[in-house]
Amino acid sequence: MSRRTSGLAIEAEGLTRSFGETHALAGLDLTVPAGAVYGVLGPNGAGKTTAVRILATLLRPDGGQARVFGHDVVTEADAVRARVSLTGQYASVDEDLTGAENLVLLGRLLGLRGPAARQRAEQLLAAFGLTEAAGRQVKKYSGGMRRRIDIAASILNTPDLLFLDEPTTGLDPRSRNQVWEIVRAVVAHGTTVLLTTQYLDEADKLAGRIAVIDHGRVIAEGTPGELKSSVGSGTVHLRLRDAAQRPEAERLLRTVLDVPVQLEPDPVALTARVGGDGSDLDAGAQAARALGELTSAGIVVDDFSLGQPSLDEVFLALTDHPAVPAEDARDEALEAAR
Amino acid sequence: MSSDTATSTGRAPTVYVPSAEALGTILAPGERPRRPSPLAASLAFSWRALLKIKHVPEQLFDVTAFPIIMVLMFTYLFGGALADSPREYLQFFLPGIMVTSVVMITMYTGVGLNTDIEKGVFDRFRTLPVWRPAALVGMIVGDVLRYVLAATVILTVGLVLGFRPDGGLLGVLAGIGLLVVFSFAFSWVWTFFGLILRSEKSVMGVSMMVLFPLTFLSNVFVDPSTMPGWLQAFVQANPITHLVSSVRAAMAGTTDSTALIWTFLWSAMFIVVFGTLTMYRYNRR
Repeated sequence: MSRRTSGLAIEAEGLTRSFGETHALAGLDLTVPAGAVYGVLGPNGAGKTTAVRILATLLRPDGGQARVFGHDVVTEADAVRARVSLTGQYASVDEDLTGAENLVLLGRLLGLRGPAARQRAEQLLAAFGLTEAAGRQVKKYSGGMRRRIDIAASILNTPDLLFLDEPTTGLDPRSRNQVWEIVRAVVAHGTTVLLTTQYLDEADKLAGRIAVIDHGRVIAEGTPGELKSSVGSGTVHLRLRDAAQRPEAERLLRTVLDVPVQLEPDPVALTARVGGDGSDLDAGAQAARALGELTSAGIVVDDFSLGQPSLDEVFLALTDHPAVPAEDARDEALEAAR
Repeated sequence: MSSDTATSTGRAPTVYVPSAEALGTILAPGERPRRPSPLAASLAFSWRALLKIKHVPEQLFDVTAFPIIMVLMFTYLFGGALADSPREYLQFFLPGIMVTSVVMITMYTGVGLNTDIEKGVFDRFRTLPVWRPAALVGMIVGDVLRYVLAATVILTVGLVLGFRPDGGLLGVLAGIGLLVVFSFAFSWVWTFFGLILRSEKSVMGVSMMVLFPLTFLSNVFVDPSTMPGWLQAFVQANPITHLVSSVRAAMAGTTDSTALIWTFLWSAMFIVVFGTLTMYRYNRR
């Protein structure tokens, strides 16, 4: 147990990195306490992957500095590598090899002798439910299995810090749940996890603290609760029967509830943010009141739902611009938040 | 080939439920093994190369069929014109075509590395606390096996067609040994290009542009004394010419010291210059 370090897992100050004209990181500061899940939330192109690659010693920053457990990621890269592991966005195991071969190879590279490496591989395969697939080439694995073998490969060396770069992107809900369970188990045993994600609910469920990144900078940082209350804890989606009643509905919601209202491209739809800082009612009560007000004003509501604020809404609240660079990312995030 | 999305097995799939206990056992911090030596790490990576050959045996096509075609094609194409008979030409030509074929195969080192990087598996290797060049050394050691295989195939075809080396078994082994040493060194040129170029195709393109003139403008096919002076100058400076001379001499049971020295000098130069450039790029991406 003595290997585990309390204190800070990551301290990064003013990290910058450009690729040609693109400034992927524009002065990123990050302080990650050891022993918990730290979420890095942002849309595609926000700089999440670049940040992870710098912290995992794969990329050098143009400016700024970063330390992992007190070791500089550039000048003491080897000391950092001894304590971290990375599961990238793309399969970081060899697809031509079988699951077992991949793990034995990594075991040998971490200094285990033949039989010990094989034993370790077997343990990992069993713990990740891959014993049956051990002899199959990884390219024949399903998305969920592939992600599992990836994570198994990453914890082979019981890292003190595990980077998970969008571990659930593209996974079905069941596989996503499995990954979440794995992350919880990993953290329960003292490993710090830095998790990047596009999904607010994922960060919310797993992370103790979250940094929201946009254009290569941290634009908000805090516990999920703090972040959400800065945004409002929920979103009411409304569809009216008559588009002509929308201006009236908008006015009512703004004046009675005193919440931000957004008109959707669909002429009968609008959304309102509820449960924010300024209100003494919780999201549910506010939503109920909104529905009551509308109904008593004679506005016919065809569809009404209360959901989590989406990543887009977090961005709107924090930056006054939506997370536009990636339409698909936003759509996915909306879907995940519903 | 199978698609990437195959999920279904014959039986009803059992749903995996992560168990905190099983994961806990895995994560229990034990004694951390000692970091492997550079040799052990390189060997682990060359084991990977062997596994890849085992799983994708089609990739041996270029070290078996391609060399056979090269030998047959040129022996009968040039044999009658350049010597009295294909059989006589073969005595001169076989060491040269062996060098040509094997040196051409070295380009797959670069192509393979480029593909690996594209797929992301090198990201994992580069975050491991092992001797940095190990991944590349191991990869090239795996390729060396392919070079030996190609050389053996060519030698066999040659012997069948009537190649009778005066140097005997030892001479032939010495010749193949020289060729393998040079090819190992030359592979570092391609690891460098594999790292700096964006796609597999561009690596292929650059390799061809370098390899064709290098192998054809040499003493592989004909005696350079028949060439114009400016071309002779190039041929004499060409590392392939020196390699071919020394392999030819070895297989004939003699020694061409000048060619031998040049061969080793060129090999050392490739490792020092391109090995360094490769590692610089590898570390700095």
